[in-house]
Formats: sequence, C-alpha cells, structure tokens
Amino acid sequence: MIRVVLPAHLRSLARIDGEVALEVTGPVTQATVLDSLEAAYPVLCGTIREQQTKQRRAFIRFFACQQDLSHEPPDAPLPEQVAAGTEPYLVVGAMAGG
Amino acid sequence: MTGVRLLVGTRKGAFVLTADGSRREWQVSGPHFGGWEIYHVKGSPADPDRLYAAQHTGWSGQVIQRSDDGGVTWNPVGNHFGYEGVPGTHQWYDGTPHPWEFERVWHLEPSLDDPDTVYAGVEDAGLFKTTDGGQHWQELPGLRGHRSGSEWQPGAGGMCLHTIVLDPVTSGRIYTAISAAGVFRSDDDGATWRPVNRGLHSEGIPEPEAEVGHCVHRIAMHPSRPDVLYMQKHWDVMRSDDAGESWREVSGNLPTDFGFPIDVHAHEPATIYVVPITSDALHFPPDGQLRVYRSRTGGDDWEPLTHGLPQQHCYVNVLRDAMSVDSLEECGVYFGTTGGQVYGSADAGDTWLPIMHDLPAVLSVEAQTIA
Repeated sequence: MIRVVLPAHLRSLARIDGEVALEVTGPVTQATVLDSLEAAYPVLCGTIREQQTKQRRAFIRFFACQQDLSHEPPDAPLPEQVAAGTEPYLVVGAMAGG
Repeated sequence: MTGVRLLVGTRKGAFVLTADGSRREWQVSGPHFGGWEIYHVKGSPADPDRLYAAQHTGWSGQVIQRSDDGGVTWNPVGNHFGYEGVPGTHQWYDGTPHPWEFERVWHLEPSLDDPDTVYAGVEDAGLFKTTDGGQHWQELPGLRGHRSGSEWQPGAGGMCLHTIVLDPVTSGRIYTAISAAGVFRSDDDGATWRPVNRGLHSEGIPEPEAEVGHCVHRIAMHPSRPDVLYMQKHWDVMRSDDAGESWREVSGNLPTDFGFPIDVHAHEPATIYVVPITSDALHFPPDGQLRVYRSRTGGDDWEPLTHGLPQQHCYVNVLRDAMSVDSLEECGVYFGTTGGQVYGSADAGDTWLPIMHDLPAVLSVEAQTIA
C-alpha cells in the first residue's frame, strides 16, 4: 500500500483522519499515486493538481524521503521506500503568506 | 413563527446566523470550512434549505459545497469550471493579451424555481450553470465570447463576474455585471448577450462613455419592477427604468457616490440602500462614520441612517455582496464589514444592532426569510 499524507485543510475537506493508504497498480509515480488518490476521494480533484492540465497547483509541494519532488516529472518512479510503503508521500501546502 | 437565516461568507469560513422574527437574539453556527475563503453562500428561492457555498483557497483552488438542510450539514459537489472551447485572451492590466484562466467563483445565483439549477459568476469573467445540483458546471460561452471579450480588463480585484440578476417576469432574461467590463443582458437564458451600459460615464477609461469597460460594482432589482435596475458603480449610483437600455445618475445628495453594495427594500421597490465609501483610494466611510444611506424615491434624495452604527473611528469597508434584506413584514436590512462586524436592522434601517463583532473580514451576507 502507498501511504499518502495530506495537509490539514485537505484532510478536513475529504474527511480523512491520518494517512491515506492507496492501492496503486503498475508503476508507482507521482501521477499514478495522485490518480489513485483522486479516484478514491473525488473531492480532491482540482485541489492538488489543475483539473485539466494535471499540473501541480502553485502552492502545493510534494516531498518524500527528505527530497523535494515537486519539480520531478510526474511519470518518474517514486523512491522505492514510497513504493514499498515504508515511507509516506507527502502533499504539502507551501508556506506562504508571511 | 417566521424567522431569518443569515448566510455569511468570510475570509476564513462561513457562518450561519439564525433568529426568530423579532431579530433580537441570534444563534451562531460556524465556522463552516474554517480557513477557507467563502466568497458567497446563497439559498435557493425554491427550496430555502438548499444552500450553495463558494469555497476557495490560494493553495487548493475552488470547491463548491451544498447543503440540503439549511446549513446544518454540507457536502462538496462539482468544482470543475472549464471554459468552453479555446479560451482565448482578454486584456491584462498592461493592455497585453492574457489567457482566460479560471481563478475562483465570486457569486452563486440559484434559479428562482429549480433548486438544482444555479448560475455561477467566476474570475476570469465567465458565467457557468449547473442543472444537477452542482455536480457538473457548464459555461454559457456566449457571454465571454461577446465581440468585446478580448478587450475586457480586470479591475483591482481581478476580472470577476460578480453579479447575476434573474428577471422573475421576462422569461430567459438575465443580467450580469463584470469588473471592469460593465453590465450585460441576455434575453435567451444566457445563450447570447449584449452590453447595456448606455448612460454610464467613467472618468478612468479612455472613452468615458464607451459601450464596454465600466467598473460596475453591483446591480439590484426589486422583483415587482424588473425593468427598474439600480447600480453602484465604481463612482456614481445609477438607475435604469428600461431594463438597462439607458442609465441615469441618481447619486443626488450622497456625501460620496463611491461604494460597493446596493440593495432594495423587500416591500418598497423605490426604497434603496447604499454604503458610501470615501473614494477608490480610501476604502472606508467618510470621516470614520459608518452610515447606510437610504433613498425612498429610487435615488437622488438620500438620508443617512446612523442610529446604532459607529459614528467615530470606523475605517471598515462593506463589500459588494455583503448587504441583503429579509422579507418579513418590517423589512430587515443586514450588512457585513471588512472588520468582521455584521449589523442588522429590523426596521428598514432606522435603527441598527451589531449581530457579530469579531468575525473574519466579511465577504458576503445573504438573508433568508424562513417560514
């Protein structure tokens, strides 16, 4: 299972307590993880990625294994620890606003 | 016993305030959607327990919430607002072409007779419609596709479609107002549109009496006289007696004719309310005195309403969607401020009481009269 941690405002929106556990078939990439997340929680569509372009929203960041993956290609494989479920994939609301 | 429900949108959540017909004691529910900007919450005239809320943050974009029980519980519905076809461009602040980009929903206007049908005014200016209770939203592209669309420019608050007025008598007639393009009217339920801005005069644009380009802040109508429209423009309070075909200024003796909201008494179609604001640079009331002005003659002749409102050291603003009226026998008038106060009058504006002191900045207030 892939573990995903969402920022508080999205957990509240999707009525999620704690981490999300997702089944992802095929390669584990940012795109496939987010596709699975949105399929499980349709209310999150458009809140992390733009609805049509699937581009990351400007003030959302993606971290895993102490790395900032925000600018990595969406189809690049995620770290093995994320694929194995030993490390979570973090969706983070960027610090903004002063 | 009848009562009133106020739907209050703020910078950090929505609040639902309820009172019985005396409108003295208010119950507070909220914040709903804490931390999110709630630009507008509005109920269906056909089913007052059906509410829609426009929820937004810069982090995570737009969400639409729906309640079927008067705001006790809420569920998110569809939030995809995709422009029809190739979006094209409008003008940016510097006059260069800028692609149409969806930013947020400013205003939700439920149909007069179907709780599942709602119109949404969005930034960048466009009009959307749902007929399935908010699950899916389709653009009515005739508005944005008007030949003038590529010339529209944003106002200081963005290029927003902020006002939607549905004519209760003439089938298919809809008015929208866009900052800074002006008023547009459709007579075919939103398929085609034309600007109706004749008589407007705006000093801040190259051609002061242009067909399009005016910064209209708000328009209002009384349902018994749908051909009479009232407008608060960037500067000037205006009136049309012919469904927008022509406008004349009715600022009269107002201390300043800059402001944002305008509304009409529930039972007196010629009684209107505005909140004069010092200027476009000074978004607070003149002399630090918060005053609603009422005209009982459809404009020109105005009286200040001050009893119960702060008359010194008050430097708040009242935004365009932040005033509303109820339809109890003695008309109630309500408004919210950028300082987080909500004021109410149970006697058509003669006296005011603060309902809430310390909310986040108020973006919108809608009053519902509940049986």
